[in-house]
Amino acid sequence: MSDLSTPLGLPRQPMLAGRTRAALALFVLFALLPPLASALNDPFYVLIGTRILAYAIAAMALDLILGFGALVSFGHAAYLGFGAYAVAVLSSMGINDLFVQIAGAIAVSAVFALVTGAISLRTRGVYFIMITLAFGQMAFFFFISLSAYGGDDGYSLARRSTVLGQDMLAHDYGLYYMALALLIALFVLCNRIVASRFGRVFTGIRENATRMEAVGYAPFRYQLTAFVISGCITSVAGVLLANQAQFVSPAFMSWHRSGELIVMVVLGGVGTLTGGIAGAVAALLLEEWLGMLTHHWPLLFGIFLVLMVLFSPRGLTGLLETLGLGGRKQ
Amino acid sequence: MMNLFVLQLLNGVQLGVLLFLIAAGLTLVFGIMDVINLAHGVLYMVGAYLMATFAALTGSFWWGLLLMLPAAVVVGLVLEVVVMRRLYARSHLDQVLATFGLVMIAGELVEITWGTSPLSVAMPDLLSGAVPLMGPLKYPVYRIAIIAAGLAVAGGLYLLVNHTRIGMLLRAGATNRTMVSALGVDINRLFAIVFTLGAVLACLAGALVAPILSVDTGMGESVLILAFVVVVIGGIGSVKGAFLGALIVAVVDTVGGVFGPIWLRSVLDPAAAGQMGRVLAPMLVYILMAVILFARPAGLFGRRA
Repeated sequence: MSDLSTPLGLPRQPMLAGRTRAALALFVLFALLPPLASALNDPFYVLIGTRILAYAIAAMALDLILGFGALVSFGHAAYLGFGAYAVAVLSSMGINDLFVQIAGAIAVSAVFALVTGAISLRTRGVYFIMITLAFGQMAFFFFISLSAYGGDDGYSLARRSTVLGQDMLAHDYGLYYMALALLIALFVLCNRIVASRFGRVFTGIRENATRMEAVGYAPFRYQLTAFVISGCITSVAGVLLANQAQFVSPAFMSWHRSGELIVMVVLGGVGTLTGGIAGAVAALLLEEWLGMLTHHWPLLFGIFLVLMVLFSPRGLTGLLETLGLGGRKQ
Repeated sequence: MMNLFVLQLLNGVQLGVLLFLIAAGLTLVFGIMDVINLAHGVLYMVGAYLMATFAALTGSFWWGLLLMLPAAVVVGLVLEVVVMRRLYARSHLDQVLATFGLVMIAGELVEITWGTSPLSVAMPDLLSGAVPLMGPLKYPVYRIAIIAAGLAVAGGLYLLVNHTRIGMLLRAGATNRTMVSALGVDINRLFAIVFTLGAVLACLAGALVAPILSVDTGMGESVLILAFVVVVIGGIGSVKGAFLGALIVAVVDTVGGVFGPIWLRSVLDPAAAGQMGRVLAPMLVYILMAVILFARPAGLFGRRA
């Protein structure tokens, strides 16, 4: 088992500790944002912050399978959509509680991930990427044709979700801290999963599926379980995004969004949960900043992306690593 | 009813040959170079814009088409040399990221160059009008010309791949790249040729649809995803698979889109059937893909990786 706990021959404990420190630092910074925004009298930062927190959850969830299992899912935006539409559908039925909506989002995501994951995991490599992309598109088109919820135009939410009957999310700060609390809770959960026996088998399958099978673990079951968990966690991000914007539309689940999630993971460092969070922060701040420079910000973002892949294969991870914030070569 | 069916079948075949032109390049680049190119749909869009520009400049569809082709060669070569060449040895993830970046760049560049309002291309006089097919049924000449052109290209590609030296190298490269390179073949040049060929085919598809669709910045995306479905159904790297896959996908999409609701109405009450038809129609090809891959994970003509 020694080569399992240290798949690349690296000492495991110090790395984890370093990353957890980095995550703690990030969470403290997140917690300080609203007071800072108040001081600067610019509440807009809190709204951007909520968006970043939601995407951090999604990127972390994607990193769980992409980083630790080398499963490049190109359809993860679908789960953002399930989360968002769970809010829209349930609230239109008069069910406004955040946690009930999250439960609904998770239930739908689990079913979708189970079915599409079971088919996708029969394939490998390029096929897997393409099939998850196609399933993502299937979900996208489903919601486009859902005329009861606005179809292509989307659907405005009358109000934000409630928590145990309380309107605590109506205020932007309340929603922000709820998002932060969910991010921290899910980060702890993901860390537990990665460190568990299940997580080590899953990572072992990434390194050598044949060997793991020979040792007696069925790769398919582990991969499918991780795929479902990842999808479910991503849908929580969708619930938060719908509340932040008070609006849902199929645009939440376009393939561009899936691409952006992958960008976030890679930007922050593949295979480090903290990296997913950091990547979401980096990508969205970059988007906001470029957006202030020019209306044509995707042009600059695209150029940045191409240059990064061509000349800095390890993304921002290398940079983070030199700063002592963890990260690992894939 | 029969007439409607034949009409939709022809529309399906017409969409099918276009999808094939796009998917052929995609599958060759996948199969031979092992590269995922998300920017392939961009080439289709660029082809349409180039066509619109050259046709407007010269005032002639035919000159537009003639000038578009060398321009497409240049676009393909530049893309290969500047970006794609550096991605061959990289992971699929890197390829996805870099070509995703290219999609963002291209979308904005096209918007900056040509603006956001859609362009149109006038149909050539020679190919306008319709021909009678059977009974009262008529079919537009231009669409028949697209089918003919697509089939001609498919035939040419078949000859190229199966009966020429370069085709032999392509097939060998798809099977074992290292071996081909060890035998002294200039693999870089081979890759450049394949990529450029794929780019030209995609541009040609864009140019051919320009007179029947509006040319806009979104046109590459839906087609890209459909082309991926075609490639995956047909089996990566198989031109034959791409051809069959394109026809199956396109016919299922067009015929199913029209006849699915009709069939549903015979089973369900009209309102429910209408809603269900709207929901199911765009998902049809993805369901088809799921079914085919469930039975054959490597596609119809794919080798198990």
